[in-house]
Amino acid sequence: MVEARALPRRTNPRLWLAGGWLLVILLAAIFAPLVAPHDPLAQDLMLERLPPFWVTGAEPGYWLGTDSLGRDLLSRLIYGGRIAFAVAFAAAIAACLVGSALGLVAGYFGGWADRIVSRIVDIWMAFPPVLFAILLVAVLGTGLSSVIIAIAVIDWTRFCRVVRAEAMSQARMDYVENARIAGFGRLDIMLREVLPNVLPTIIALLSLEMGIAVIVEAILSFVNLSISTDDPTWGGMIAEGRLSIHQAWWVLVFPLIMLILTVLSFSQFGEGLKSRFDPVLR
Amino acid sequence: MILQRTLTRLLTMIATLFGVAVVVFVVIRVAPGDPISMMLPPGASQADIDRLRALYGLDKSLVEQFVIWLTGVVHGDFGTSISLRQNVLGLVLGRLPATLELSIFALLIALAVGLPLAVLGARERGTAVEAGIDVANGVALSIPDFLWGLVLILLFGVLMPVFEISGRVSPQLDLPFTTNFYLFESIVRLRFDLTANLLGHMFMPALALALPLAAIIAQLLKQSLKELLTLDYMVLARVKGFSETQVILREGLKNAALPTLTLVGVQFTFLIGGTVIVERLFSYEGLGNMAIDAVVNRDLPLIQGIVLVFALLFVVINLVVDMAYALLNPRLRHG
Repeated sequence: MVEARALPRRTNPRLWLAGGWLLVILLAAIFAPLVAPHDPLAQDLMLERLPPFWVTGAEPGYWLGTDSLGRDLLSRLIYGGRIAFAVAFAAAIAACLVGSALGLVAGYFGGWADRIVSRIVDIWMAFPPVLFAILLVAVLGTGLSSVIIAIAVIDWTRFCRVVRAEAMSQARMDYVENARIAGFGRLDIMLREVLPNVLPTIIALLSLEMGIAVIVEAILSFVNLSISTDDPTWGGMIAEGRLSIHQAWWVLVFPLIMLILTVLSFSQFGEGLKSRFDPVLR
Repeated sequence: MILQRTLTRLLTMIATLFGVAVVVFVVIRVAPGDPISMMLPPGASQADIDRLRALYGLDKSLVEQFVIWLTGVVHGDFGTSISLRQNVLGLVLGRLPATLELSIFALLIALAVGLPLAVLGARERGTAVEAGIDVANGVALSIPDFLWGLVLILLFGVLMPVFEISGRVSPQLDLPFTTNFYLFESIVRLRFDLTANLLGHMFMPALALALPLAAIIAQLLKQSLKELLTLDYMVLARVKGFSETQVILREGLKNAALPTLTLVGVQFTFLIGGTVIVERLFSYEGLGNMAIDAVVNRDLPLIQGIVLVFALLFVVINLVVDMAYALLNPRLRHG
């Protein structure tokens, strides 16, 4: 049944464009040592604040210019993609697993399980998310795993709310009743019947969440709380760029463009997947 | 019915706030950093550390600390900030007006942009104009306030420096204000020179916060309007000779307002949550900016106070929206 729904009826240019951009960035990040023209950490004060290639004063080989320590921006962007994608995948998947599991349980079983989960979600929604993230990373100590844990701890509610509502409406449908009459156990029905029907929604949300995770990591780097300051991150580059904005605009512009395109792509990719999976929208 | 509904909501609200208090209390006390050792100069004796620890109540058990703190909060005492050595409630109330003014200004911008776009999109449905509005909405929605803030800094702070991108008001100005609601007070005192200066500082951060919300309003309201326009009485109004715009403004908005209101309420709390990083970005002296400093300084009482005030703000907004919905919705009013 799921296979039949997933059949594409027409190609969606947004889906391909967004997916293409994400793939390019991902490959560049994976093969960073081969692709990056320079060492992202190499400082050269003779080369500080070189402008990008089309501006007079540019140095050949430094396509997007350098920052205030003479580090190559293009190489730093490529290496920064590694952290962005590591956080995006790990945090989004962790949030998705926790949130979907709790949402399924709350939505399908209802009663006390639902009441407890819903109360926790209410409490979570009363926190300003950015402040919560900053607080958690400060508590856990800076580092990649802290950032991932913080994002997952905060954003599981996004999955939980949607999956709970979806599971609730699925649980009332005839096929669930039929399965129960046929003698299947509750857990069995939930995993074999309800979960596959909720899956398209989860996948679309997952893509959206990856975009959100990239932004949260950038915000944490911006307030100097993400991973160690040596490794290049897009948010860290933005923080540097914000300081030297009047001397070297390009230090801010390029990581900003990178973030915007990546976030747009994740959300468009998610939307595209949703309309492809959703039989009503198709 | 409304009374019962309100009572239930009030109890839920208190339970939620209690939950927030517990979570934040537990989370910050798991922190490895010691706020006391950060306050004292290096080489302070153990006796000094212990004395200070006792002063801030940090030598007691977790449960004891929580009960003491909660008793204080109920009596309006949020404790003393460790890094600023001032009353937490005073600090928070001093900064709250700045954040409220910024948030409300942002909400007004979002409405001022979102409403006309929705009406225009509904009137020009099916045309290139509507398609253009849809694309603009999609982009505005996907890019979060943090990135909008950076884009605005580049465009109107550096490329075309027409707006201020740092602070709440020019520091050299002499401020005659007695409250911290600077914008409101400048209007009341007819000091429009100060109003202009404040708005010049506020406009960029407020716009960054407003753009995603404007897109949501435009999208949702346009959708409701388009659905309403196919209904009989709308067709009748058109037959009577009202223009398309008149039909939308007279009949459509009235009926589409209710579902939009609920959504705007929830989204407004997200907007307020966004002030934390946007205030940081624009060095705006509000609650969010102070919150980040408090976390960096491990100022436990101040963090607790700020988080609780944010949570209170969120649940109160939700309550107000819920009650407004009940009052405006005829089905619930007479139910």
